[in-house]
Amino acid sequence: MKEITVQINDERITGLVKSSTTLLQFLRDKGFTEVKKGCGEGECGACTVLLNGKAVTSCLVLAVQADGSEVVTVKKKDDQLLETLKEAFVKHEALQCGFCTPGIIMTARWLLSENPKPNREEIRDALSGNLCRCTGYLKIIDAIEYVTRAER
Amino acid sequence: MNDIGIDKQKQTFYVVGKRRDGVDEKAKAAGNIIYADDFSMAGMLHAKVFRSTKASAKIKSLDTSAAKNLPGVVSVITAEDIPNNRSVTSTVGQVADIGLVGAVQQFVLAEDRVRFYGEPIALIAAEDLDTAEEALKLIEIEYEELPGVFDPEEAMKDGAPSVHEGSNVVAHWELRRGDVDKAFEEADVVVENAYQTQFHEHAHIEPESGVAWIDDESMVNLRVATQVIEQYREIAHILGIPESKVRIRGTLIGGGFGGKEDLTVEPYIALLSWKIGRPVKLTYEREEMMFGRHKRHPYKMYYKHGATKDGKLVAMEARLISDSGAYVYLSSWVLLYSTVHSTGPYYIPNIKVDSYSVSTNNIYTSAFRGFGAMQMTVAYESQMDILAEKLKMDPAELRARNYLNRGDENGTGQRIESEVLLPKTYEAALKALGDRTEPKAPYIKVGRGIANSWQSYGRMCYLHDTSSAWVGMEMDGSAVVRCGIPDLGGGQRESLRQITAELTGVPLENIHVISTDSQVTPLAGTVTATRALLMSGSATKLAAEAIRYDLLQKASEMLEEKPENIDLYNGEAFVRGNKEKKIPLAKVVRAIKGEGNPLEALKTFHAPGAEPVRKALLKGQIFPDFTFGSQAVEVEVNTLTGKVNVTKMVGAFDVGKAINPKRVEGQIEGGMTQGLGYALMEEFVEDKGIPMTTNLTTYIIPTSKDIPDIQSIIMESNSGKGPFGAKGIGEVTIAATAPAVLNAIYDAVGVWIKRIPTTPEVVFRHLKEFQEKA
Repeated sequence: MKEITVQINDERITGLVKSSTTLLQFLRDKGFTEVKKGCGEGECGACTVLLNGKAVTSCLVLAVQADGSEVVTVKKKDDQLLETLKEAFVKHEALQCGFCTPGIIMTARWLLSENPKPNREEIRDALSGNLCRCTGYLKIIDAIEYVTRAER
Repeated sequence: MNDIGIDKQKQTFYVVGKRRDGVDEKAKAAGNIIYADDFSMAGMLHAKVFRSTKASAKIKSLDTSAAKNLPGVVSVITAEDIPNNRSVTSTVGQVADIGLVGAVQQFVLAEDRVRFYGEPIALIAAEDLDTAEEALKLIEIEYEELPGVFDPEEAMKDGAPSVHEGSNVVAHWELRRGDVDKAFEEADVVVENAYQTQFHEHAHIEPESGVAWIDDESMVNLRVATQVIEQYREIAHILGIPESKVRIRGTLIGGGFGGKEDLTVEPYIALLSWKIGRPVKLTYEREEMMFGRHKRHPYKMYYKHGATKDGKLVAMEARLISDSGAYVYLSSWVLLYSTVHSTGPYYIPNIKVDSYSVSTNNIYTSAFRGFGAMQMTVAYESQMDILAEKLKMDPAELRARNYLNRGDENGTGQRIESEVLLPKTYEAALKALGDRTEPKAPYIKVGRGIANSWQSYGRMCYLHDTSSAWVGMEMDGSAVVRCGIPDLGGGQRESLRQITAELTGVPLENIHVISTDSQVTPLAGTVTATRALLMSGSATKLAAEAIRYDLLQKASEMLEEKPENIDLYNGEAFVRGNKEKKIPLAKVVRAIKGEGNPLEALKTFHAPGAEPVRKALLKGQIFPDFTFGSQAVEVEVNTLTGKVNVTKMVGAFDVGKAINPKRVEGQIEGGMTQGLGYALMEEFVEDKGIPMTTNLTTYIIPTSKDIPDIQSIIMESNSGKGPFGAKGIGEVTIAATAPAVLNAIYDAVGVWIKRIPTTPEVVFRHLKEFQEKA
């Protein structure tokens, strides 16, 4: 067991983890259940968070690797871009069951921080690691594209 | 209410039919929803299921002692520990006695033999997940392999290994009309083909999950992601306790598509918690979802159509064979749906259909969006295009000459009571494709295909389906809805909120909908069979109308105006055409409650009923009604690699009335995307019962890169049996994509492919054969 400390949204969280504990498991154990587990092997993208500003599937990151890092989930407060994305997802009905949504919003958040004006093809590329079984993606792409316009 | 005539009194729609933002959607985008696996309790244990690694074997010995002795393991359960190990899931939901098909029982845990790879054998509960996983490895089992059977047609033959006892045929249905033999003799053109479909996985992103606990009144409580809270009855049966002692609280579901219709984790967590007395959580791993949970039935479909030279269908004969897998579950009913829908939305004077569902040692098969109707579309819509080609006729024209019309009888003799807008949906879908795309390279061929589908909405009439809902007003003018319907993600709950807002005038944000709790919310039945809006929407409408009636009467007094001139919207009662004459809803409510009227209503909606099925021959009204629609696609076929790329997709559907057009579009886009996966890439593969595609890397579903910008066309005939003339849209959207793609591939390269998925390998092989022949 090793003690790690991770800055998660606005809190510094310390905990004991095994060498095999994933960042996903650590986050969920600490109550950040907005980070979802859909496959545990990096296929579905439901567990996507920002790790030091970069989108990662947290099931493929060991908790010990995240020691001293900063993690952002969909519940981060006072992040204007995140709020705009959430509003756009509701307005465009870019979600149905909502289970993949926290991961998809984090991927979108990362995309827009890297590339504030992506075209639809670039949005499709960025989303290709996030599976959604309900929507058919169109409204998700619309919502993200809308944010790029709203931000203009 | 009749002296006002609520339906007539309501002249303007403020909420229904509008693109309103959903209240649940906001919570979902915020990450606030507590899905099944997000919930934990103090002292909670973690469960795992020990599963078979043989497709057909006798269990010679099973030793759980080492697992039990592992520190941290609290309990290990096998079949002998279960009060009633036989569960009956042939009739999920509300009613048990529905006639012909005997309830075929499945086991909660395997007894002395296993019939498929992945069959549950033992349950473990431990202090933590790692320990439970460790304990799985310590269970010792010895098998004696038995001959298995993996092809349903082989399984039908004399001398095939019996999966259970006796014949492997678990269900058989018939459609009969006229004299097909005579009609085929007289037909000018006959086309006869065989089609095949695959095992298809739901692949909802949320795994099956739940927590069970025993409360301070010895009640068994489950908080679980389920499409059917009425499964509490099944749990009571398995535990051997009264149904009143089991309570299921459904969660908002992270996708289901039929995957959470049969029992999932419920019996396992209930048994462990009941035995141990502590809360128990069980969440499936993706791998387990793949090889341990049911799939869509593969079908072999032998079709023969006869037509006159001017394109009038005169006869159809079909033999349908579905792979039921190792346990029956809903196979009999899925087959019934296939049989009724097998004709397509066409009037055919002479029909003969025989259908069979057959046990094998493959993964078991059961409910999945489209429920047996979907596979038929692949066959009948390919047949239409093949027939049109043989007749040298435009496929649109051939179809137009044969559509069912309102008032016609379908293959069972059920009269179609709603509008059939297929001529319009077909034309609209075709038109929306726009100009034909130019091929990007000489080896790329572009083609177009269109297909129709029809799908019942509402459960089979034999079930005498009912749905109840309660609506009540609060003193401040807000409202509460109680309705048992689970929310699958399609916004089932939001629709109830919209209907209530429309009729009571309470703003959407001020309506709280309590749903999916078997002991708190009036039972509303399953969220399956495209029934939620029809049933729970209608029940909620009845209850909200009763409230509206009281509100209008009192507002009439207070505003000194006839009730028929008053409307309710946005927290106010007001006189139509006179904006000054208004009163806050809260004042009206207080006045009514002050007179001893609690302003609450509990109403039940009854679907059309019918006699139970007593014969294999299906006759009369089987379903409440049908939804119809068309899909068009444009594809690029790479003739070097066989890769099919879909560049345009259109779906046009008559939804009767769109309660929320945004959500209807969501159903169209999402259904067609699943349909595209089914057409092009998705297949759960087993090799003699051993699963080969056990994750989302080997079982491929569409990503954002696979789907073009889908165009949704919503038509409203206002002729449905749901609230405000709505039909159901949940299932019908998935079906016609695959035949549209097959027809488009033919248009591009001149090859009929009669099996799906049309992976590059399949297309390449067909192209090669075609070139060699030419």
